[in-house]
Amino acid sequence: MNRQRLTSWWFAGTLLVALLFMLVPLPAVLEPFKPYWPALVLLYWALESEGRVSLGLAFLLGLGIDLFDGVLLGEQALRLCALVFIVLRFRSRLRFFTMGQQMLAVLALLLNDRILLLLVRLLSGAPMPPASWWFAPFTGAALWPFLFLLLDDLRMRLRLQ
Amino acid sequence: MARTRDESSPLFAGNAAGTLRLIVYLALAVVLMVLDHRNGWLWRVRSVASVVVEPMYRLADLPGAGIRTLSVAFADRKLLTEQNQRLREDLLLANARLNRMASVAEQNLHLKELLDTRRSLGLKVQLARVVGVDLGAWQQRLVLNLGARDGVKPGQPVIDAHGVMGQVIDVLPTTSVVMLVTDPVHAIPVVVERSGLRTVAYGARDGSGLVLPNIPLSADVRPGDRLLTSGLGGRFPPGFPVGKVTAVTTDSTGMFRVARVRPAADIDRSEDVLLLHDQAEPDGPPAPAVPAGPPAALAPAPGASVAPAAAASAAIARTPPARPAASASLPSAAPAAAGSTR
Repeated sequence: MNRQRLTSWWFAGTLLVALLFMLVPLPAVLEPFKPYWPALVLLYWALESEGRVSLGLAFLLGLGIDLFDGVLLGEQALRLCALVFIVLRFRSRLRFFTMGQQMLAVLALLLNDRILLLLVRLLSGAPMPPASWWFAPFTGAALWPFLFLLLDDLRMRLRLQ
Repeated sequence: MARTRDESSPLFAGNAAGTLRLIVYLALAVVLMVLDHRNGWLWRVRSVASVVVEPMYRLADLPGAGIRTLSVAFADRKLLTEQNQRLREDLLLANARLNRMASVAEQNLHLKELLDTRRSLGLKVQLARVVGVDLGAWQQRLVLNLGARDGVKPGQPVIDAHGVMGQVIDVLPTTSVVMLVTDPVHAIPVVVERSGLRTVAYGARDGSGLVLPNIPLSADVRPGDRLLTSGLGGRFPPGFPVGKVTAVTTDSTGMFRVARVRPAADIDRSEDVLLLHDQAEPDGPPAPAVPAGPPAALAPAPGASVAPAAAASAAIARTPPARPAASASLPSAAPAAAGSTR
């Protein structure tokens, strides 16, 4: 029981840190390369911990993140919902992928997320973003193995589920 | 935890319930976004949740603040001395200039008294620090470390040492958000310093600076011209530098000329900014004298006819959908509207 509660705290903690990482400003040169941290962490938990991440949780989390960093209320809720849905749908297959294949899958997911965001922004009347806007999914995919291994290692060490 | 049905992760087949749930959530998100786009709820919700939101903003600011502190701690002593020396020279120069200006200002005051205008040169300002928070990519917004508790109100102009930065649009208890002049939904009434041409500068659509989208072909605007706030509309006080014209081209229809403007303020480098406290008085002729006549109680309500003009003279559209209306009416209507708000 205690271990389960610890796991929940650890889960919430990683998401909170991901949110902080998203809010921390980077130098202007690095800004376009900033990955979408909450999506990456949520992806990890959706893959590794069965039944913990659901569509409802993704929606609520997205609304929460919108409070901090959002142009429209519901924007990130939409993005995270779509992301989590795809991951849960293909979860069993994604888990058997090699790291390289997983990176490609993550890249596809993040690119899909950017396209969704682009649609939302364009519909709300924002101008077309510059080409550097498309860099972020690639850094996200490149960071995926490290994030995955780090979180997995920490989880094993803490013997959490 | 016994697994009864492997419903959450089917290997091949999709299940209709999951798709239905996704559609419901997506629809909910879309409805929320549309409602927020219309009514701007996000900031109301944000100010309700400010107990959580503000500490997170401060927490996110810590790494940046830490790096600044470290860079000061490990900075070369020689570098600091040099910087100090330079600042002292700047201060001396500024003071000397101020002293020379003092007599001019006094003369100006006398002349203004003679002309019976009440515009003052004095400034009431409050120093604010920029909180380093990333509010999302390509948003022309800043977060300041002062909020409603420090007396900050929406609409207050924000300047730095070089020029106008923007205006406060949203206020939380101890933080506030500034919309920069480079935001595509921001408009600021300006005057070309050299020729006195009055126009409106908008944030560029691509976030690269400001544009003057509708200059008449015959108007006198050249690259290198400095733009000042004109004070029309009553939001920004007159005479503050806004930017410098970098290029003038003809627009796609060939009816107008378009000027690109580089903002005068250090939009992306300023750490300390000034919040102007007294809102500018609207420029224009003094209010007409009250005619002698029947008692005021018998007169029709005066607010009814003034309200639309006052709305048109607001230099900025708060929400994107309202913008075309404001931008369409501003360039031509602003002088008249500003006069009638008195």
